[in-house]
Order: sequence, then C-alpha cells, then structure tokens
Amino acid sequence: MKRIVTATVHNRSGVLNRVTGLLAKRQFNIESISVGRTETDGVSKMTFVVDVEDDRKLEQLTKQLNKQIDVLKVSDITDKAIVARELAMVKVISNPQIRSEIQGIIEPFRASIIDVSKESVTVQVTGKSDKVDALIDLLRPYGIKELARTGLTAFTRGHQPQVAEFKSYSLLK
Amino acid sequence: MKAQASAEQQTATKTGADLLVEALIGQGVETLFGYPGGAVLPIYDALYRAEGSFDHILPRHEQGAIHAAEGYARVSGKAGVVIGTSGPGATNLVTGIADAMMDSIPLVVFTGQVAKGVIGTDAFQESDIMGITTPITKHNYQVQDIEDLPRIVNEAFHIATTGRPGPVVVDIPKDISSTVYEKQVNHEFHLPGYQPNLKPNPLQISKLHDALIVAKKPVVLAGAGVIHAEASEQLKTFVQNYQLPVTTTLLGLGSYPGSCDLSLGMAGMHGTYSANMALYECDLLINIGSRFDDRLTGNLKHFAPNATVAHVDIDPAEIGKNIPTQIPIVSDAKAALEALNTKPVKGLQHKGWMEAISQNKVDYPLWHDLPEEAIVPQWLMQKVYQYTDGEAVVTTDVGQHQMWAAQYYHFDRPNRWVTSGGLGTMGYGFPAAIGAQLADMDSTCVAVVGDGGFQMTLQELSVLQERKLPVKVLIVNNQALGMVRQWQEKFYSERYSESIIDVQPDFVKLAESYQVPGYKIETQEELLQVLPKVLADDQPAVIDCRVLQKENVYPMIAPGKGLHEMIGVKR
Repeated sequence: MKRIVTATVHNRSGVLNRVTGLLAKRQFNIESISVGRTETDGVSKMTFVVDVEDDRKLEQLTKQLNKQIDVLKVSDITDKAIVARELAMVKVISNPQIRSEIQGIIEPFRASIIDVSKESVTVQVTGKSDKVDALIDLLRPYGIKELARTGLTAFTRGHQPQVAEFKSYSLLK
Repeated sequence: MKAQASAEQQTATKTGADLLVEALIGQGVETLFGYPGGAVLPIYDALYRAEGSFDHILPRHEQGAIHAAEGYARVSGKAGVVIGTSGPGATNLVTGIADAMMDSIPLVVFTGQVAKGVIGTDAFQESDIMGITTPITKHNYQVQDIEDLPRIVNEAFHIATTGRPGPVVVDIPKDISSTVYEKQVNHEFHLPGYQPNLKPNPLQISKLHDALIVAKKPVVLAGAGVIHAEASEQLKTFVQNYQLPVTTTLLGLGSYPGSCDLSLGMAGMHGTYSANMALYECDLLINIGSRFDDRLTGNLKHFAPNATVAHVDIDPAEIGKNIPTQIPIVSDAKAALEALNTKPVKGLQHKGWMEAISQNKVDYPLWHDLPEEAIVPQWLMQKVYQYTDGEAVVTTDVGQHQMWAAQYYHFDRPNRWVTSGGLGTMGYGFPAAIGAQLADMDSTCVAVVGDGGFQMTLQELSVLQERKLPVKVLIVNNQALGMVRQWQEKFYSERYSESIIDVQPDFVKLAESYQVPGYKIETQEELLQVLPKVLADDQPAVIDCRVLQKENVYPMIAPGKGLHEMIGVKR
C-alpha cells in the first residue's frame, strides 16, 4: 500500500543520506522523496511516498525514522485531510503544427508551456500525482524526449474534519 | 537535556585537541583505548601534555582497541572510549562499531580525519568514515567547526549512554584538532530529536498486571535491557513475587541468577529444553529488554503461538518488529519493573505450570558424554565454573565454545558475561577480556576463545605483557571452526569445507614469547592439576586446552525450525 510520510529533520549535512540509507537498509521501497527548507531556520521537511506491505511494516518505518537523532517528527498523513502537490516538466516532440494541439490537451490540466524550440515544447504541470500521471499519459503518444518530476510534497490542511476512526501509530492506543 | 559540564564557558588559548581532552575529563573518562596515526597526531600531542589524566591502552590493532572498549563498557557500565586515526585506522574499527551497535554497547569513538580542505579529494589516509559508519552507529558526527567540538563530545556521550545505548562516532578533521582557538566555547546541548521515553505508561502496566493474574502459563524472558537498566534486583523481586519461571537471552545471562530455582537457563537455538518449551507453550510471555532475535525465536511461525505478548523495551522500534505485541511498554526496564512491583499480588493461577516446568528441568537437563581421558568442552566449562566459584568475568568469541560457556557457566550477577551476540564476531573475546579486566581489576577474567577466533586478535598478548594484566586466555582448541564444522556435519553431509584447521602455532611458545605463561592441557588429569592453580593465581596465562573435535552443541534448533523442534535433547 502506498503511504505518504512526512518528516521534519535538522538540516545538517548527511541527514538525507541517513534517512535514505536507513530506508534502504531496512528494505523499504521509496517511490519518491522531496526535501526542502521550512518556515523554521535549520529545519527541513522531507516527504516520502513509500510502498509498504502492511501496517506493521509501516509502523516499523515511522519508528525507525523517529529513532534518528536528526529527525524531529514523523507523520503518516495519508489518511488525513492534506494538500499534496508535485511538479513535472515534460519535453514533448512537437513541430509548430501540433503545438496548438498540445496546448489544447494541457489546458484542462492548468499546465503551461514554459519552453519552446523547433522540435519540442516543454510543459510544466503541478498537482497531485495522479493528475500528473494522467497528463503524461496523454502526452506520451507525441513522443516524450525528457521527463522530470519533483516527487510529492505535502502537508495537512489547516482544518481537519472530524473522522470516526483516526489512524494512529501511537503505542498509547 | 543539560550536559554534565553544563553552561561552562571558558576562554583560553587552546587547540581543538586540548578542547577534546578537556571534554573527556569533563565526562569523567579514565581509560582510553587508542592507536595513534597521522590524522590524530594533534590529539596524541594533547594527550601527552595531559599526562596522568587518562590511562591510555595501546593495543596492537585498532580492532583490539574497540573490542577492549566494548568489554570495558560491558563490565563498568560506562561508555568505552576509542581513538583511531583516519583511513585504515578508522576502517579497522568498523567491525567493533557494528558489534557494539548490534549489542547496544555504549561507545564513543573518535576518528581522525584529513584536514577539512582536502576532504573529498582522496587524500592520503582519507576514508568516508561518516558514510561508512552511518548505518552502524546510533549517531555520528563530523566536527565542522572548532567551537562545536566540546558540545559534540558531550552530545556523543549523552547519546551513547542514554536510552538504548550504542556507539557514536565523532570524526575530527586534523585542522580542527590542531587549530589554536581563543574564543569562548559552549558545552551546552539541546537534542529535540532525541528524548528517550523512560517511564512506562501506567495503563499498559495495569494491562500486564491483569494478564499476570489470569495467566495459567506465564514466562519471563529477560534480555540485556535488564542489565543496561541495572534492574536485576527489581527483576528478582518481580519474579519472586509472582513465582515466575525466567529464561534469558544469550546477552541477558546474569540479569537473573542462573543458579536460582526459577531460572530455566538460556533459551534459543542452543537453549535448554525447559526454556524453549516454556516459550513455546506459554500463554503469557513477558519480554523484558530483549529484541526477539532470530537466534532466540527460531521460526517465527512457531514462536509462542498461544501467548499474549508483553514487551518492555526502551526502544519503541523493537516492539512489534518481529513479534506482534499485545501489551507494549516503552520504558526503561527498571522503571517498568518498579511500577509492576507496586501492584498487589493475588490469586495467581499458574501452579500446575510451574510443576510441569520443574519436571522438564529434571527430565531434560543439558547432557554430554564423558570419555575416559579426553576432555569434552562441556566438562571443561563446568570445571571453569567450579574453580572460579561462578564469580569470574567470562568473555568469548562466537561459536561452539560461546554456547558451551553460556550453557554451563551459570551467571548469578549482571556484567560478568561479555560476548559478541548480535554480530557474532570472531576475535572478540580476548581483547574484550583486556577491557573487562581493566574495568574490574579484582575479578578473575577468563577469555574463553576458540582456536580460530584467538588467532584473529592474539597480537593483543602484547598488552598483557605490557600491563601485566592477569587475563586468563582459555583456548577451547578443537583444531576446527567448531560451529561451522558442526553445521557442515549436520546440514552439508559432513563436507568439511575449510573448517578443519590443524596447522596451528605452538600456543605455549607463542605465549612465552610475549612473556605470558603458557600451558597445554590434553587430558582430564592434566586439567584437574593445572586449571585450578592457573585460574587462582594473579598472572596472565594462555591455556591451550585440547578438546574433542567431534563434540557438538546440543540441544539445537535447526535453521527454519520452531523452538519445540529441538534436536539432541537427550543423549
């Protein structure tokens, strides 16, 4: 099952290596990872999309991450109300004739063309991963020369609706 | 969290190495295990200036230094402190660091590093020791700024010794240790990402108490967590109150007195029948400070299939890692046991169970043959136990001799048993005994080693010679890598591939060349004459004890089998 896990970490040299090394050593599959600075100086946020077998594996993942001295907080936010975005840039083969056709395809996705050359256009799209996937599928028939994705970044919404079952990995349960 | 030398501000003209030395003194460090080299020259110069502040042990290989530090840490309960130079000095420490990580031994390891300006240029004796040790340390640091050095040292000791202990590496570039520094340094630290939970949740303690009252077949599994938490007394009280059978892990030996009636001995791959069957049949398993290692559990499918599992561990990640746990208690073992001991004991229902277990102990004791003249290792271990009154510090390598020592030396006190459990490191026992002896000069310290393992670190005989340390090296010499040989016999149709090593040095002459008395024992009669005398005197010794090669460790759980599927239970 796919889970979105965020971790706030001390922004120290080697911290990314610690975290990815740990996940690799314990045989967790990372689908994507994104890292960047946060509102607090010296603190970065990592967002992982991981594919885990079951709840026990997931619990291990969050616990092992929490054990790292440089990791301040780990949250599995998959089941919460969240905003999640990823950015992709897609360089599509296109001559001037089909450029407008591409423009038509990307328009409903609120994507934009950010670079044009004689043989290609580069499309930038932002959104949840499935939206990005959908656009890439539509562009694929034209021939994708290059594709780069940032990986998902996410946090919880300002307001969390009341839910009947709140999934928690606390031991106090 | 405050450092011990909290908020101590200072101004003086000092090098980074002097700051390091001061920080070590501030931490109360008395013994250092280290080996000099290019990148730690400034540190060794500062140590020279601080003469008299430390007892510096110079092993003859860095691996010897770190295993000695592990033995020292295990017996003293303090962090072992190691210094090695950059590159090969640091990489030679890697086995010991990994070993300490697996067995939760508190170590602070200082490695030299090439100067900051040339890091990353493949400079002479450069190695990426941060990259190498990240997966095998509790935490590691590379000092980037001289003013951070005292704080980092204090943090390193704090992290190594609190919570679940473990090794911390501090990598110090040569320019940091040699730079003269005149400004103020700050010793204080704050670790928001490291706040071990020491106190148990009262709700979970109540749940465990309730489970105890109704349990018909309860059993306690005591691990090294009890020893780290210094909770043996509390465990004794708990076990006595509830009259519970106790089994221990390999590393938990000594956490509960092995010669007590309620003790079942060690469980696991070579554990006793009564211990393993108790774990298999129990309806309440109370694990205190053990991590359910695979050598303990055997096949997880058959492990305690009918039990409610309660698990006390200071490391939350261990709870539920291998075994689903119904009563998780994240806590220091001492705090958890103290909380349990305040609860009333009433209406216990496991009397029949205790009788059945006692019967198992009588019906299925450990067994071995006893030939006319030749020595079998099981008998040897019993003699060592007898001649040292069960009071010695015993260290081992890994393998058959380790298992026999674990089976036949009934440790009644904690911190007497020093062995490489998780990593299973050959060559560990002898240097570990040096550290153990230094931590406790009044005790007899016996390094029970295999002839294979001893040859991996025997150069440390120099330390015995130099320090006149009365360590007794007992080579259980079967001229083979015994456990490998046993597995080849049992599971590889007796194809003894590279496991028989009958070309050996003359260990007696070897010892004598280091001015250490050497003895060779080949018969029971010789053993009865020599061993009591040697173990009792205050001299170091190397005892080459020839034992039967074909002897196997029993009982045994074959790989992939459950705890109830022991072989070799009866003669």
